[in-house]
Amino acid sequence: MKMKKRLLDGARLARTIRRLAIEIVERNKGTENLVITGIRSRGVPIAERIVKHIQEAEGVEVPLGILDITLYRDDLTTVAPQPLVKPSHFPCAIENKTVILIDDVLYTGRTVRAALDALIDYGRPRAIQLAALIDRGHRELPIHADFTGQVIPTDRSEVIKVKLQETDGEDEVLLMEK
Amino acid sequence: MRSQATALRSKDLLGIEQLTPEEISLILDTAEGFREVSERPIKKVPTLRGQLVINLFMEASTRTRVSFEIAEKRLSADTLNFSASGSSVEKGETLIDTAENLMAMQPDMIVIRHKHPGSPKMLADLLPASIINAGDGAHEHPTQALLDAFTIRERLGRLSGVNVSIIGDIAHSRVVRSNIHLLTKMKANVTLASPPTLMPAEIEKMGVRVVHSLDEALEGADVVMMLRIQLERQSKMTFPSLREYFNTFGLTPERLRRANGGAIVMHPGPMNRGVEISSDVADGPCSVILDQVTNGVAVRMAVLYLLAGGHLQES
Amino acid sequence: MNLLIANGRVVDPSQNIDRVADVLIEDGIVAKVGPGLKAAKGVETIDASGCVVVPGLVDLHTHLREPGQEHKETIRTGTTAAVAGGYTSVCAMANTTPPNDERPVTEMIVAEAQRNGVCRVYPIGAVSKGLAGGELAEMADLRGAGCVAFSDDGKPVTNSKLMRAALDYARMLGVPVVAHEEDCHLAEGAVMHEGYYSTLLGMKGVPAAGEEILTSRDIHLVELTGGKLHVAHLSTHGAVEAVRRAKSRGLPVTCEVTPHHLALTDEAVQSFSTSLKMNPPLRSESHRLALIEAIKDGTIDAIATDHAPHHPDEKRVEFDLAPFGIIGLETAFAVCYEILVKSKAIKLAQLVDLMSCRPAKIFNLPGGTLKPGSAGDVAVIDVDGSTEFASFRSRSMNSPWRGRTLPTRVVATVVGGVVRHDARADAKEGEKARPKAAKARTARR
Repeated sequence: MKMKKRLLDGARLARTIRRLAIEIVERNKGTENLVITGIRSRGVPIAERIVKHIQEAEGVEVPLGILDITLYRDDLTTVAPQPLVKPSHFPCAIENKTVILIDDVLYTGRTVRAALDALIDYGRPRAIQLAALIDRGHRELPIHADFTGQVIPTDRSEVIKVKLQETDGEDEVLLMEK
Repeated sequence: MRSQATALRSKDLLGIEQLTPEEISLILDTAEGFREVSERPIKKVPTLRGQLVINLFMEASTRTRVSFEIAEKRLSADTLNFSASGSSVEKGETLIDTAENLMAMQPDMIVIRHKHPGSPKMLADLLPASIINAGDGAHEHPTQALLDAFTIRERLGRLSGVNVSIIGDIAHSRVVRSNIHLLTKMKANVTLASPPTLMPAEIEKMGVRVVHSLDEALEGADVVMMLRIQLERQSKMTFPSLREYFNTFGLTPERLRRANGGAIVMHPGPMNRGVEISSDVADGPCSVILDQVTNGVAVRMAVLYLLAGGHLQES
Repeated sequence: MNLLIANGRVVDPSQNIDRVADVLIEDGIVAKVGPGLKAAKGVETIDASGCVVVPGLVDLHTHLREPGQEHKETIRTGTTAAVAGGYTSVCAMANTTPPNDERPVTEMIVAEAQRNGVCRVYPIGAVSKGLAGGELAEMADLRGAGCVAFSDDGKPVTNSKLMRAALDYARMLGVPVVAHEEDCHLAEGAVMHEGYYSTLLGMKGVPAAGEEILTSRDIHLVELTGGKLHVAHLSTHGAVEAVRRAKSRGLPVTCEVTPHHLALTDEAVQSFSTSLKMNPPLRSESHRLALIEAIKDGTIDAIATDHAPHHPDEKRVEFDLAPFGIIGLETAFAVCYEILVKSKAIKLAQLVDLMSCRPAKIFNLPGGTLKPGSAGDVAVIDVDGSTEFASFRSRSMNSPWRGRTLPTRVVATVVGGVVRHDARADAKEGEKARPKAAKARTARR
C-alpha cells in the first residue's frame, strides 16, 4: 500500500477529537446518562480521549464502554483467518442510558450494524448515537453519523489509515492507495 | 505467551498432538474473549447462525456433551444430538455409514465422542465437515486439555515452568494424553504418578517424569490433577482394592500439604469421592474443579468459532 | 508342458548358480539349465533377457479362506494372486470354515486346487479339532490326505500337553508343527504392539514377551519330543534369540518372518489404517532391526507372507474393530527386494533362498530348485522394473502397499512348465481393454 496524502496531522487530529467531545456534551445538554463506548480496536482510544476531554471540561467522569463486534460480523464464514475475539466491557448497565458509539472510520456501515446488534444484547439503551472521526462515504446500509470529525470523500480503491499514539505510536490520518 | 497464530491450520480438532504452541495460545486467548459472553444478561451471540453442528456421542457423556451443546447454543448454531443408544448404531450400522448418512444432512461441524481411538480421524479423512474430537477411547480429549490449560493460566498466570502432577489411572486416560501433549508443548513440567499397573509402556518418552509415589508427585507441585479411577475398566489385576488404592494414591488435605503454597487441585470429572480424592480436597479452597467446568464452555466456543471460519492454506 | 526360458540371469542358490543361461522344461520337469539351449520346433519360448530367472517362490503361510470365507478369497483368486507375485506353491492354513481338521476338508481343498488353482496348493492340517485347542485332530489321516504340516495358526496352542502331543505325532509323520506363538492372557484385547506408540494412541498393546514366552515353551517341548517345530511369523527380538539358541543346540527348529515385519513398524499405526493391523502386530524399530540381523546371520529360514485377506467392508471400520491380517502374496517379493536387497542387507541369491529354496526344504515340497528332474516351477522377475499396486488379483485389498509403486516386476510365473502369469501379455490386453473401460467409467459419472 502506498501513501497518497496525509489528511490530518497530530495537532488537527487532537483538535478534531476534542471538538467531537464538545459536540457530544452540547447536543445531549450535559453528561447525564451518557455512556461513551469505543468500538474495538481504534474506537477505544478515541473514546478514552473523549472521556478525558469531558472530564477536563465538565469535571465529570463519564462511563467508558468497550465493544467488540467480532462475533456479530456478517462475513465470518468467508474471511480467513478468523479475527481474534476480545471481551466487551461496560462499567455499568446500559439500560435507559444514551450510548455514544465511537468509531474511527465510517465506511460501509456494516461495523456499525454489528455494533448495534451487539449493544442491544447488553440491554435496552434509551438512545444510541454514533460519532465517527472520519466519514469516507460509500454507505451500504441506511446508517449515518450523529457526530462527524471530518468528511473526506474517497474512492473505493483507497484506504484511510488512522494512527493513534496509543496503538500506533503517533497521531495522524493517512490516505493510502491499495 | 500471547498467540502469534491467527488461525488453526486444520479444518478439524482431532487432538493436541497436531497443534503448535501458537495454535494452543490462539485457542486460549480466543476463549478469554468468549468467557465474557457467558456473563452477559443475554448469553448468546449470532456468530454461528445458520450453521448445523451434530453432536455424535457414541459413548456415554454428560459434562462434555452438555458443555459442547451450551457452547454451540451460545454461538447460535443449530444443534442436533445423536447418541448410540436407540439409534441405527444399535441395528448394526457402521460408524462410516452413520457418518455418511449424517453428512447427507450437510452439517458444518461434527462433534464426536467414541470409545475407539482414531474414529474422529476416520471421519475427518472422509467428510468435508469440521470434526471435533470430544474424546476417542484412551487416545485424546483435546478440549478437556485446553480447558485445563485455560484454568491453570487463569489461576497461575502462566503455563511455562509450572509443575503439574497428574495422578491416577494414566493407562486408560485420554485426558492425560492430551494434557501431556499440551503441557509439554507449553513448556510446563509434567510428573505422572500411579501404580505401575496403571502406567502405560514407555510414556516417559512423551517428555514426562514418572513416579510411583503420591508424596513424591506432590512435592513441589503447582497443579495437582487427579484422574478418575475408571471403576468399570479395572480388574483385580490392576490393583487389589479401592481401599488400598485410596490409602496409597488418594488425595487428602494432609498429603496435599507437600505441594507448593497456592497449588490448585483439578479433576476432569466425574469424581469418585473417597477413591482418588477425598471430599475435603474436592470441596476445599484449593479446588478449581467447578471453574474447569465453567471454562469448558468458553474454550469450546473458541474452538467452534475458530474452526467455523475460512481456513488458511498450509504453507 | 514344454517351455524354454531364454537368456535370463539364472539365480538358483540350491545349485549355487548365478549366470546368464537358458532353462529348458520338458513335460513339466526341468530338463536342462545352461547357455545356448535349443528347444524342439514349436516349443514356447519366454525371452528372459534382462530378467532374473529363479525357482518359483514358495509360501509357507497363506490363508486362502476357502472353504467358507469365499467373500475374502478363494483358491482360484488366492492362487492367481500368488502367481502374480512369483509364487508357484502356497501352503494353505487350516483356519477355514469349517477348519481343515478332517480328511474330507483336505480332499476338498486338494480337488478344488486341481480344478481351479493356478499354482500348487499344499494344505496345512489343524493341530486340534475345530482349532479349539482341546483334542488332537486326526493328524495321520490328514497327512495321508495331503497335509504337509500342522497348525492352529490364527491362535496359539495354549495347552502345553496338547502341543507336546502334536509334536510327538508330527515326529512320527515326519512333518513340522507350525506354531503361532502368543500368550493369550497378555494379548487380551490387544490390537497392536505394546510400546511407545500404543501408549501414544491409547490402544491396547501386546508386549513382545507374549511371543517370547510361547516360543521358549515350544522349544522346550521340541527338546522333550524331538518333533519338528516351525515358528510362524516371528516378530520379536526375544523370539529370534530363543530360536538362535535352539538352533545352536541342534534342535529341529525353523522359523519364518513376514515381509511386513521386516518393512514396517508400529510407528506407522499412527495413521490408524486398518491395513496395518495384523497379528503378531507391527513391532518397534529395535525388533525390526533384530529380524533383519537374524535374516543376515541365517537364523531366519524363510520369508512367508501370512497372506490374510479380509473383505473391504470388514476393514472399513475403527482400528479396534477391524480383523487382523493383511494380504501379501503379490507384494512380498517387491517389499523384500526393497528392504533387504536394495539396502544391501543381503544378496539377491539369499533372498531367493529365503523365499523359495529353504521354504521348500522345511516342508519337504517339490520346487525351490532348478535342478534337472525337479518341478518346472520358475519365476521370471525384472529386478530393475517396478510395479504399481493400484489393484490386486486377490479378492481383497487390505494391503499397506496399496497405491504404492515398488521395485521389481514379476514378468512371468511358470508352474509345472505352464505359464500361469504373463505380465507382458496382460499389459497388451490391458491396452486393448483400456478405451472401453475408460468409457464405462465416464458413463457412470
